[in-house]
Amino acid sequence: MIVAGCDVGSLTAKAVIMNGSVLGHAVIKAKSRPEESAAEVMNLALERAGLKMQDVDFCVGTGYGRNKIPFVNLTVSEIACHGKGAQWIMPSVRTVIDIGGQDCKAMRLDKDGNVLKFVTNDKCAAGTGRFLEVMAKLLEVSLDELGTLSENAKDPLSLSSTCTVWVQAEVIHHLNSKKPIADIAAAINRAMAIRVGILANQVKAEKDICMSGGVAKNKGVVAHLEKVLGVKIKKLKYDPQIVGALGAAVIAGEKVRGGKAG
Amino acid sequence: MIVAGCDIGSLTAKAVIMKGEEILAAQVMRAKSHPEESAREVMAKALEQAGLVLQEISYCVGTGYGRESIPFANRVESEIACHGRGAQWKMPSVRMVIDIGGQDAKAIRLDDQGHVVRYVYNDKCASGTGRFLEVMADALNIDLNEMGAVSQSSHNPVSISNQCVIFAETEIVSLINEGRNIADIVSGLHQALAHRVAALAKSIDLEDDIVMTGGVAKNEGMFAALGKALGRPLKKTQRDPQINGALGAAIFAAEYLRN
Repeated sequence: MIVAGCDVGSLTAKAVIMNGSVLGHAVIKAKSRPEESAAEVMNLALERAGLKMQDVDFCVGTGYGRNKIPFVNLTVSEIACHGKGAQWIMPSVRTVIDIGGQDCKAMRLDKDGNVLKFVTNDKCAAGTGRFLEVMAKLLEVSLDELGTLSENAKDPLSLSSTCTVWVQAEVIHHLNSKKPIADIAAAINRAMAIRVGILANQVKAEKDICMSGGVAKNKGVVAHLEKVLGVKIKKLKYDPQIVGALGAAVIAGEKVRGGKAG
Repeated sequence: MIVAGCDIGSLTAKAVIMKGEEILAAQVMRAKSHPEESAREVMAKALEQAGLVLQEISYCVGTGYGRESIPFANRVESEIACHGRGAQWKMPSVRMVIDIGGQDAKAIRLDDQGHVVRYVYNDKCASGTGRFLEVMADALNIDLNEMGAVSQSSHNPVSISNQCVIFAETEIVSLINEGRNIADIVSGLHQALAHRVAALAKSIDLEDDIVMTGGVAKNEGMFAALGKALGRPLKKTQRDPQINGALGAAIFAAEYLRN
């Protein structure tokens, strides 16, 4: 039985094809229209799995563009999909922190991957991937570099503002004062971690904690978040960006099995 | 007896020289990298305008974020207190000031003596300050000072769904790409900022008469939008709205001198 999950976000689109295990997955930059992104990412994932659209028995859509995906059988909220996806990869997970390009979510799960409590920030750019994007551009480094740069920090600076706009001004000031770029990067990653830590504390984060979304690949943010929360963050053995799509596929599998049983 | 007020902000420096009830000179300039330098320069300009030298100033009060660095100030006062005093100059009926600056916004309620009754302040989030309009003017590629005039021809203001400056900037870029009318976008931005600031002011309850001050008050579109968002008529100052804090500082200087 072949199932699929398709997660169409504001900046990226992801698809996962499953048959008990992951057969193929793909991540692409979002196109201007969500239906276009959905078709392209799904075709790529199918190609990698050596399959065709007709082979998929059930497909679940999620993400902000989920209602525009033409080929889905069902749509499910991002929160539920991230919970299911993380749980499938690592059954001991009880808290998922998902940081996307334009939002941040923290959710607590029961042992079956059901969401007990969640909080979202999509109102303020601080604490989302956008904050890091703006800062990487200022420092003229890539997002990946911003993450690794802070490992070399000797004397991390501090930032007094939270607002992305005001932090920009502070970073420019540090750059003009010829402060080492690694020390500035550390300050940025730490500021990000503090902001995300506030959300995580609101759901009373419990072990095991894992991260999903693109920012989970940023070593600097992860290291600082571990310090802020005082616990180790467990690394998922799949690309953290596909957790939502994977969860959608897991839910698709449950629907197919459930349908058969009933 | 000649007195002065000097308001050193993060973006601009202002100085006011007074004799009795009259303003002899008022100057506004962009802040230098050191507050002390800003203070010396803006005061020199004001003195020149008044045809005076520093020795002729009997008392000077400093205010603003750089107030501790003003070498010639006899005393410092908080910005809130100075804005309150300045607002009642020649307008004794004023009971509330709404000040929108480049990096903050504040609402202050006053008693009939110009004393502060309650106040509220935002400098944490750039949305809700003048910076919001600055960033958007940049995105629209228009001059910040033209926004008021541009908004006048709007018939159908757009509604801006994002509050965050960073997210709203992206929204504006897509509105431009969609070919939306620039006047409608600018007018929509005025409404968005007005709603933010009105919510701040309402948190301490409104009280008439209300005067709008700060650099953003020079924008006619913002002045109209804020009045509408408050649901009350707004008063204009009879002088540059940007000098309100420095004017209040000069009024304090005169009071200290009398006592």
